[in-house]
Amino acid sequence: MDAKLDEMALLNLLRQRDEMAFTQLVEQYHTSLVRLARMYVQDMTTAEEVAQETWLAVLHGLDRFEGRSSLKTWIFTILTNKAKTRSQRENRTVSYTDVEELLYASREPTVDPKRFKDPLADKNPDHWAAAPDSWAGIPEDRSLSQETMNLIRETIDALPENQRLVITLHDRDELSTQEICNILGISETNQRVLLHRARAKVRQALEDYLQAEF
Amino acid sequence: MEGEMTCKELVELVTEYLEGTLPDDTRTRMEDHLSGCDGCTNYLEQMRQTILLTGQLREESLTPQQRDDLLRLFHDWKKN
Repeated sequence: MDAKLDEMALLNLLRQRDEMAFTQLVEQYHTSLVRLARMYVQDMTTAEEVAQETWLAVLHGLDRFEGRSSLKTWIFTILTNKAKTRSQRENRTVSYTDVEELLYASREPTVDPKRFKDPLADKNPDHWAAAPDSWAGIPEDRSLSQETMNLIRETIDALPENQRLVITLHDRDELSTQEICNILGISETNQRVLLHRARAKVRQALEDYLQAEF
Repeated sequence: MEGEMTCKELVELVTEYLEGTLPDDTRTRMEDHLSGCDGCTNYLEQMRQTILLTGQLREESLTPQQRDDLLRLFHDWKKN
């Protein structure tokens, strides 16, 4: 489906039991839901079950949904509640963020220090030695190519789990910071640290790739 | 008054800048730096591009099993 339906249109079609509308929605969010559920439950099979239960609850709740939050937020909230209930049943404690690791990570530079001038050897220290170039001249058919998209996906898949979730929920699924913090149970500061580190790695991968033939 | 921001400092503040969570004085120092630094201006623009491109990612295709399960679920619901 090329033209993406907006939420209101999607909601109306869903209420009329339109299969295409449902398909569009699951294509868009199902993998994110499973991934998020996996934070709380033991294994992929259970995560998949929780995501399916979520879709069922969405369908049955459609007529009661009042649109006070976005459809997307509503779906993610149902998932989180179901996953939490399931994890309590499984006696699994969620230790989502290792705070010490995060504090350590937040002090690690996200850009290779070698790209800056040496503080000991240069009178203009900590300024670019190898400055980034403009990407303005890169044609869209290259930056938006399937190959570029695959590279971004692979880079995100290789990130630590917490960074991967935050960048996916924030930059792709476009949930708000507040929503993500509620869902993951982390502070806004930690959310931004994770987002920053994730984006910096994707940017670096893109720079390496887009400028290789530039 | 703190000294001029370095490029090395600036790159670590980009997300806070884009999210609008930097304190006013830090944002001012950052913008002062940006106005005279092509490298950092390019860096910031690359981060914006990175965010835009990530937003273009489509969901990974569902496996046939997932698709079957979800469609069955939909049809069961539809019948009732």
